[in-house]
Amino acid sequence: MIPPGEVPPGCQPVITIHGLRNSFGEQVVHDDLDLAVCKGEILGVVGGSGTGKSVLLRSIIGLQTPDQGEIEVLGENMVGRTEDEAKNIRRRWGILFQNGALFSTLTVAENVEVPIREYFPFIKPPLLDEIASYKIAMGGLPPDAGPKYPSELSGGMVKRAGLARALALDPELLFLDEPTSGLDPIAAAAFDQLVRGLKERLGLTIFLITHDLDTLHAVCDRIAVLADKKVIGVGTIPELLALDHPWIQEYFNGPRGRSAAGSYKEGVVA
Amino acid sequence: MAEVTDQDSESGRGSVYRVAGTLNIARAATTQREIDALPDPVTIDLSDIKRMDTVGAWIVYRTVRDRGAKVIGASHDEVSLLEQVEEFDVPTRVVPDDPHNFLAGVRELGEWVAEAGVTLVGLLGFFGATLIGFGNVIRRPKRFRLNAVVQRFDVVGVRALGIIGLMSFLIGIVVAQQGAVQLAQFGAEVYTINLIGRITVRELGVLMTAIMVAGRSGSAFAAQIGTMKITEEIDAMRTIGVSPVEALVLPRMMAAVFMMPLLAFWAMLTALLGGGIFVWLDLQIPPLTYIQRLQEVVPMTDLWIALIKAPVFGFIIALSGCFQGMLVQGNSEEVGSRTTNAVVQSIFLVIVLDAVFAVFFSSIGWV
Repeated sequence: MIPPGEVPPGCQPVITIHGLRNSFGEQVVHDDLDLAVCKGEILGVVGGSGTGKSVLLRSIIGLQTPDQGEIEVLGENMVGRTEDEAKNIRRRWGILFQNGALFSTLTVAENVEVPIREYFPFIKPPLLDEIASYKIAMGGLPPDAGPKYPSELSGGMVKRAGLARALALDPELLFLDEPTSGLDPIAAAAFDQLVRGLKERLGLTIFLITHDLDTLHAVCDRIAVLADKKVIGVGTIPELLALDHPWIQEYFNGPRGRSAAGSYKEGVVA
Repeated sequence: MAEVTDQDSESGRGSVYRVAGTLNIARAATTQREIDALPDPVTIDLSDIKRMDTVGAWIVYRTVRDRGAKVIGASHDEVSLLEQVEEFDVPTRVVPDDPHNFLAGVRELGEWVAEAGVTLVGLLGFFGATLIGFGNVIRRPKRFRLNAVVQRFDVVGVRALGIIGLMSFLIGIVVAQQGAVQLAQFGAEVYTINLIGRITVRELGVLMTAIMVAGRSGSAFAAQIGTMKITEEIDAMRTIGVSPVEALVLPRMMAAVFMMPLLAFWAMLTALLGGGIFVWLDLQIPPLTYIQRLQEVVPMTDLWIALIKAPVFGFIIALSGCFQGMLVQGNSEEVGSRTTNAVVQSIFLVIVLDAVFAVFFSSIGWV
C-alpha cells in the first residue's frame, strides 16, 4: 500500500493535502497530514471521535484556515484565497452537511434553487423550477417534497434534500459529512445505494466522512483512516487490515466491523 | 466556450440547432433563449458537443418533450445522460399552495384569535403550575435551590446595574432638557424639578427598568429554557425526577421579582442624578436646592407606587419568558420566535398593567 500523501498510479488527483496542521489553542488536531483523493473515486474517511474528520473537511472547503500546509482542490490552491477567488471553485463542488443545513425559511425546491440563482441569475422560471424538480428527484425525494419546508421533513428526507442542493450546480466533487448518521438501517442502505448510483451516473468524485461500517463496505472505493493527528493509511479494507495499527484492527475486527464485513461477504446486503 | 449556430434546413421548413463545445449550466439561459426563438420543427445536432452536464441535458430533453424536437449526433454518453434526466422528470411544485382570498384571510384571523386564547389559557395554567411549585418548595424547604437563585440574582440584578444606570441617567437628562424648554415658555423653569421628580419616581424609573429587564432577562429566560427543551434536557430532568418548574422557573421568577424593585430604585436615583446635573448646569439650580425641592414636591406615595409595581412587573416578565421557553418544541427556529414572543408579550402586559395601576392609585387618592 502506498503512503497517504502519494498519488497512486493512474490516478488524477482532485484533492491533494500536504503537511496540513490544524490546532485550537494548545490542542493540535492535525499535524503534518497528507492525503490525496483521485478523480472518480469515493474516498471514505474514518477515525475515532475527536480525530478531526470534520476539521479536515472544513479545512478542505475553506471554512477553517489551517496553521500550515497546502491544500489543492480541483487544481487550485485553497489556502490563503480571498472570498472572490474561492467563488469559482465553490461552484464546482457540492457539500452535504451533517444535519442537512437546509435554509429553514425556504422550501426544499427553493433550497435547491439557491446556488443556481446565486451563480446563474439569468436562469429564470420555469426552467429554474424544472431544474430544481429533477434535482429533487435525483436526490431520491418524492415530488410532493418540493414545496415542503425543512421543519416538515423527516431526518432521511432532510439528508436527501441536502444532497439535492449539493447536486444543484452539477458538481465534479461532492463532500458528504456523515450522510447516514441518524438514519435507520433501511434508510441508510437506501442512501448508500443512492450515493453509489449518483457517482456512477454523473462520474462524481466523493469525499465521504462516516462512522458507518456498512457505508464503508457498500460504497467506498478507498478508505482513509485518521488517527494520531494524521492519515495513517489509505486503501481498501484488506489493505488497511494489513497495517498493524491497533485502532484499525479494533475498528474493522471489532464485533460490529466483523458483522458488517460478514454480511457483505455472504451477500446478505447487495 | 460554446459556439452555437442555427440554420434553416435544406427543405426550408424548421430549423437545426447545432451545439459546439460545452452545453452546461453556465450556457443554460442563453441556449434556452436561442432554442425558444427557433421555428418548429427543431432538430438538435449534438455531434460537435464536447461536454454536457445534466442541466444541458435537461434543456435538450425538455425541447424534445415539449416541442417534439429531434436529436441527432448524440454519442453514447449524451444518450445516457438524456435518459437519466428523463428518468428524473417528476414535476414538483416550488412553494406550497397559498390561496390569497377573503376566506383565507378570515381563516387566518380566526386561527390568530384561537391561538391568542390558547396562549392566554396556557399562561394562566403555567401561573398555576408555578404556584404549585412554589407551594411545594415552601412545604419542603430542603428543595429550595439556593445556589441557582443566588446565581440568577447576580445575572438578572447585579449585572444589569451598569446598563440600567446609564439608561436612566440619560432619560433623566432628556426629561429635564425637554421639560426646561417647554416650561421656559411660561417662565416656569423651576417646575422642571417637579417634572423630573414625579415622572421618574412614579412612572419612568420602573417602566423603563421593566422594559430593559424584559429585553435583557425575559428574552434570556425564553432562550435558555427553549434551548433546553430542544436538547431534551427538560425531559431528562423530568425522568430523573427533578421538577423543571422548581429547578428552572422558580429561581428565575424569584430573581425577577426581587431584583425588579431594587433595579427600579436604582433607576430612579440615576435618573434624578441625571436631571439634577442638567438643571444645575443649564438652569443654575444648585444641587442642594434641587434635593430640597424634590423632597417638597415628590410625595412618598410615588415611591410606594413604584415599589409596588416593580415586583409585579418582574413577575410578569419572568412568567412570560419561562412560559414561552417551555412552549418551544421541534426546531431551533422556534427558539428565536418564542424569544421574540416572550419580549413582546411581557412588555405588552407590563404596559397594560401599568395603565391599570395608574387608574387604581389615582382613584384611591394617591395622586
